[in-house]
Amino acid sequence: MKQPTWVKLAAHLFLIAGSAVMLFPFIWTIATSLKDLSEVFTYPPRFVGERLKFENYSAMIERFPFFRFSFNSLKITVIVTIVQLITSSMAGYVFARLRFRFREGLFGLYLATLMIPPQVTMIPNFILMKFYGLMDTHAALILPMLVSAFGTFLLRQFFITIPDSLEEAAKIDGCTPFGIYWRIFVPLSKPAMATLGIFIIMGTWNDFINPLIFLNSMDKMTLTLGLANMQGMYSTDWPSLMAATGLSVLPIIIVFLFAQDLFVRGVTLSGLKGE
Amino acid sequence: MKLKADGTNPLNMNNPDGSNVRVMTSGVKFMKLAKPLLYRDGIWAFLMLLPNLLGFLMFVLLPVVATFVISFASWDLTSNFKFVGVDNYTHLLADETFHQVLWNTIYFTAVSVPIGIVISLFLANVLNQKLRFIRFYRAAFFIPVISSMVAVAVIWQWIYNPQYGLLNYALSWLGITGPTWLTSTKWAMIGIMITAIWKSLGFNMLIFLAGLQGISESYYEAAEIDGAKWYSKFWNITVPLLSPTTFFVTVMAIINSFQVFDTVYLMTQGGPARTTSVLVYYIYQNAFQYFQMGYASAIAYVLFFIVLMITLLQFWRQNRSNVY
Repeated sequence: MKQPTWVKLAAHLFLIAGSAVMLFPFIWTIATSLKDLSEVFTYPPRFVGERLKFENYSAMIERFPFFRFSFNSLKITVIVTIVQLITSSMAGYVFARLRFRFREGLFGLYLATLMIPPQVTMIPNFILMKFYGLMDTHAALILPMLVSAFGTFLLRQFFITIPDSLEEAAKIDGCTPFGIYWRIFVPLSKPAMATLGIFIIMGTWNDFINPLIFLNSMDKMTLTLGLANMQGMYSTDWPSLMAATGLSVLPIIIVFLFAQDLFVRGVTLSGLKGE
Repeated sequence: MKLKADGTNPLNMNNPDGSNVRVMTSGVKFMKLAKPLLYRDGIWAFLMLLPNLLGFLMFVLLPVVATFVISFASWDLTSNFKFVGVDNYTHLLADETFHQVLWNTIYFTAVSVPIGIVISLFLANVLNQKLRFIRFYRAAFFIPVISSMVAVAVIWQWIYNPQYGLLNYALSWLGITGPTWLTSTKWAMIGIMITAIWKSLGFNMLIFLAGLQGISESYYEAAEIDGAKWYSKFWNITVPLLSPTTFFVTVMAIINSFQVFDTVYLMTQGGPARTTSVLVYYIYQNAFQYFQMGYASAIAYVLFFIVLMITLLQFWRQNRSNVY
């Protein structure tokens, strides 16, 4: 569709204004993190202070176990992402390709749980962790997230689109079902796995309610819970708070900028789920 | 066996390296024998499904049943587990806090979902043309989506600060004295809605964009030949052809709104005077602050029921919408 120049110009103006609304809070976060505490409480607000106080960052890191929190978040995210990709792809392959009794019924059960709100399983999971003495451990966060019905469903849907002919040849060649999964399905599903991986990373890194329920001690906390806690402790020290906030979103923004197309595909894929 | 990078099958029968011969002979060998254990689907299905199934049973299926059972009991996590029949559910009917919380959730959904959808639909239409810097715009709208709600909540609390916040400063340019936002019984929920819309805009926009790109250009070209104006093209082509996507986005947004928690917990703790307390926040309070597991489970099942009804609406629509 050809658009006249004025339409494009109007679109650009509109999108620039929109982008400003979206990005300005983040820019303001960085600006605030570089101000002196006294300069934060001025009216009218000033965009930059007398001097850029980069030492706010080192002061924040000294007072606040920022790296500990980041490490905890990273550890949990890496474990959950890798294991969930393995369990989801193996089960997705089984549901897509192998013949066995109860297959349809079992897959139906997985599908049915997709519409269950996570709050429904939260309470028994809490009780379970308490019973096994796993409160205030990372295991309590990791274990329930190692398996996902959504991930299994997503990869199964991808695997059924892979043509039979590829594995027929491998079967004749004496490949076991696991061999077919490992040598044919895994390499072919790299884009789908990457998309699912992005979803898992985002969900785990940004998770708040589970760390809130399961963790108590400072040295176990994830970045989200630590940040929320910090807000409670230094509620008026906006420069430090903003320094921590800015640093906490930085990794995921970097991942996003490198893999923008994967994110877009992931969202589109989740959108297609409903069609 | 390795697959080539381009996805072609190296076991191609025309393979010049002679591997086709090997394929043929081994094939004959296996056909003669009964299928050995190592090649039976059932065994591999069991082995490869086992880890997933264990996790699924333990952390999904069992809890769903357990919550249902607990919802008929009174339990504070100590040994005083007692079945009380439907008491928790009848209590819900009389509990004024629950009514307020349910009403707040509906209010939040009814206002933020339509506004969010109209804006993101508009944005997607603006973005759906050959523009420069499109990757930049898309990224700008998507960064709030990928940021954690905790970070977003910290940032917006500062923006909503009545004295030093940006929002009231901007309003003062227009000669408006801004409200106290998150501490005002009237404006706190609106503040939560603005933040929620701002955060989810990019997500809905991307799904709309995918839907728009699925509409064939030929419709618009035909309309142009007939001399249709942009607004009539929008109303008569875009809106009807996009309606499955719109319906899907709406259903997803409603479901997500009913599950809102982080925003409320972090920005207002349900206050002031419970005006921003929502269903999941009330579940959280009952379960993990008052340790009333039975009552919390009952509320969780009410939420489940609501979400189920909305999801069924989507299924019903899917089965009916073979029109397009």
